[in-house]
Amino acid sequence: MAAITLSHVVKKYSDGFAAVNDVSLDIEDGEFVILVGPSGCGKSTLLRMVVGLEDITDGEISIDGDVVNDKAPRDRKLAMVFQNYALYPHLSVFENIAFPLRLEKGRYSEEEVRRRVEKAASTLELQEHLDRKPANLSGGQRQRVAMGRAIVREARAFLFDEPLSNLDAKLRGQMRTEIARMQRRLGTTTIYVTHDQTEAMTLGDRVAVLKKGVLQQVASPRALYEHPVNLFVAGFIGSPPMNFLPGEVDGDVLRLPLAEVPLTDELRSRIGDRDLVIVGLRPEHLEDADTLDDETRGHGVTFEADVDVVEWLGAELYAYIPFETRDDVADTLAELDRELDGENMRTQLVAALGAESHVRDGDVAELWFDPARLLVFDPESGDNLTYDEESARRSDEESVEERRRATERARKRADRSRDRDTAA
Amino acid sequence: MSGRSTAWWWVGALAIVLYCMFPVAWIVSLSLKAPSDLDNGSFLPSAVTWQNYELILTGSASELFLPALRNSVGICLIATGIAVVLAALCAYAVARLDFPGKAFVLGLSLAVSMFPVISIVTPLFNIWRAIGLFDTWAGLVIPYLSITLPLSIWTLTAFFREIPWEMEQAAQVDGATTAQAFRKVIVPLAGPGVATTAIIAFFLAWNDFVYGISLTSTEAARPVPAALAFFTGASQFEEPTGAISAAAVIVTIPVVVLVLLFQRQIVAGLTQGAVKG
Repeated sequence: MAAITLSHVVKKYSDGFAAVNDVSLDIEDGEFVILVGPSGCGKSTLLRMVVGLEDITDGEISIDGDVVNDKAPRDRKLAMVFQNYALYPHLSVFENIAFPLRLEKGRYSEEEVRRRVEKAASTLELQEHLDRKPANLSGGQRQRVAMGRAIVREARAFLFDEPLSNLDAKLRGQMRTEIARMQRRLGTTTIYVTHDQTEAMTLGDRVAVLKKGVLQQVASPRALYEHPVNLFVAGFIGSPPMNFLPGEVDGDVLRLPLAEVPLTDELRSRIGDRDLVIVGLRPEHLEDADTLDDETRGHGVTFEADVDVVEWLGAELYAYIPFETRDDVADTLAELDRELDGENMRTQLVAALGAESHVRDGDVAELWFDPARLLVFDPESGDNLTYDEESARRSDEESVEERRRATERARKRADRSRDRDTAA
Repeated sequence: MSGRSTAWWWVGALAIVLYCMFPVAWIVSLSLKAPSDLDNGSFLPSAVTWQNYELILTGSASELFLPALRNSVGICLIATGIAVVLAALCAYAVARLDFPGKAFVLGLSLAVSMFPVISIVTPLFNIWRAIGLFDTWAGLVIPYLSITLPLSIWTLTAFFREIPWEMEQAAQVDGATTAQAFRKVIVPLAGPGVATTAIIAFFLAWNDFVYGISLTSTEAARPVPAALAFFTGASQFEEPTGAISAAAVIVTIPVVVLVLLFQRQIVAGLTQGAVKG
């Protein structure tokens, strides 16, 4: 168990390219922190710097107050799960898991090694595979062996480097819950690298979003979702991603390509003297007006839209509505799309409607949204003009508190079941 | 696969085996014939006799054969050992590190192995005589390295490229020192490749004739393939065919034994993918 502190960490390669640029991050003892970002954002490099496989150009990394910059990986006492698992092919599953224990010569008796490996194996349901070689295991089993190797010794923290990206979608979901359950129960400090925003949102106590080596925002998943600091974070978090529309200030209204939003004083003060902004609206905040009662309808903005394509997913329905964007923001948005690894060929609005909606391909649909949900961004800097630091902080605190209670409950449950086992 | 095409595969395989094995079988048969029986006109000896083997192992030809056998084994083992160690260092660097001239190193070693032996053996003969390496073990080990090194470098480079080096880092994170990571993870993974390379290098050196006959003059360093050429019959009218055949059979045995012992490693080594996790 350990707190990990990164302070002004920089990784510069010999060609001057900064893979990680001035990242500062405090990770508390027992916290589950996610490093997330599109490919090439420096998240894996940062993780490898923490574990000691990558030199630190500048700044400091400390574990429990000790600066570890110059310590070899083995002296940092961290456990890491690699993307391709890095299992030792010449060793059986048992020996793979026992490997870290065997390296600490004389510290563990043969019996102790066996006991610990079997305990780790039973946590991960690997008991019947202990004699097999990694080559004969399925992807999910290999993944579990890699995790077994991490939990078998008392590492100060777990580091995961995209551990689920080699699994298929179904297994990924299962392993995700498994990792969350394990971390709650063990309460070990965990840093988890991923490019997948779903993993980031579901697993993390806090999520650090990186772009081109620069930390954009560190916040609870809820705060990231509701209060992103800029366009990049807003576009990265959420699935399907947030819609971005040009918004033109015209007297008392904010004119969007498909609708007009009345400007409130609050909004007006935030927009200031800009006459063009980028407006962000989450697909799930759009509703089919036909499915709403009159009172709700009155609160919001209703507009008509030509639905191009509809995707029905059972639980919900995605409606795609093409629109004409403005040249002055098109470049900013195209750039953003590239940064997010996207390949959008057309500008379109996505609406995640309820499954009961009867909108179909080619329909003219009447859609509704609550203008209070709109986020407004500066078209040049990409800053979120509607960012509310106070409520972001509140939402962070709430999640921390929730997470703390959940961890406590999980530990109590584990204690109880252990007591039951000893009693029986 | 249909039954008919399976049958054709068998016929083809059998033809190839016959084609390859016939000369070997002939040598074995010749080595079991008495001198008078050599031209009996039939493939099999009319009476099996061990006198050729007795001649070269304990008889008059043993003075020629046994030192040669010792030379061959010694020189080839030394040449193989040096070649594998040097090639492992070189291949490790080529596979793991990024440095300018990587392609040049590989290209150069290939060029060396392409160089015809016969064209360098005469100058080498003069130099060796001048500096005192003529007719010594070292005088053969050095040219043998020029044959075995390039091949070893190429095979080992291919092997080392296949090793998932992330393992080494995983081991370090698991608490291993650099030396422990190398010994406990990399060596076992690289083992089969190194063994395969050693065997192939040994064969190359073992089978050499040109250097062996040109750079030696006595049993101080003369290897078996060269010694065979010096066998004589019981009288000058008698051909030493039987003795040569027996010696040929004996020098073939280690090769066959090695291949049978390490068959799996060699096949795995030649087809790669042996260390994929």
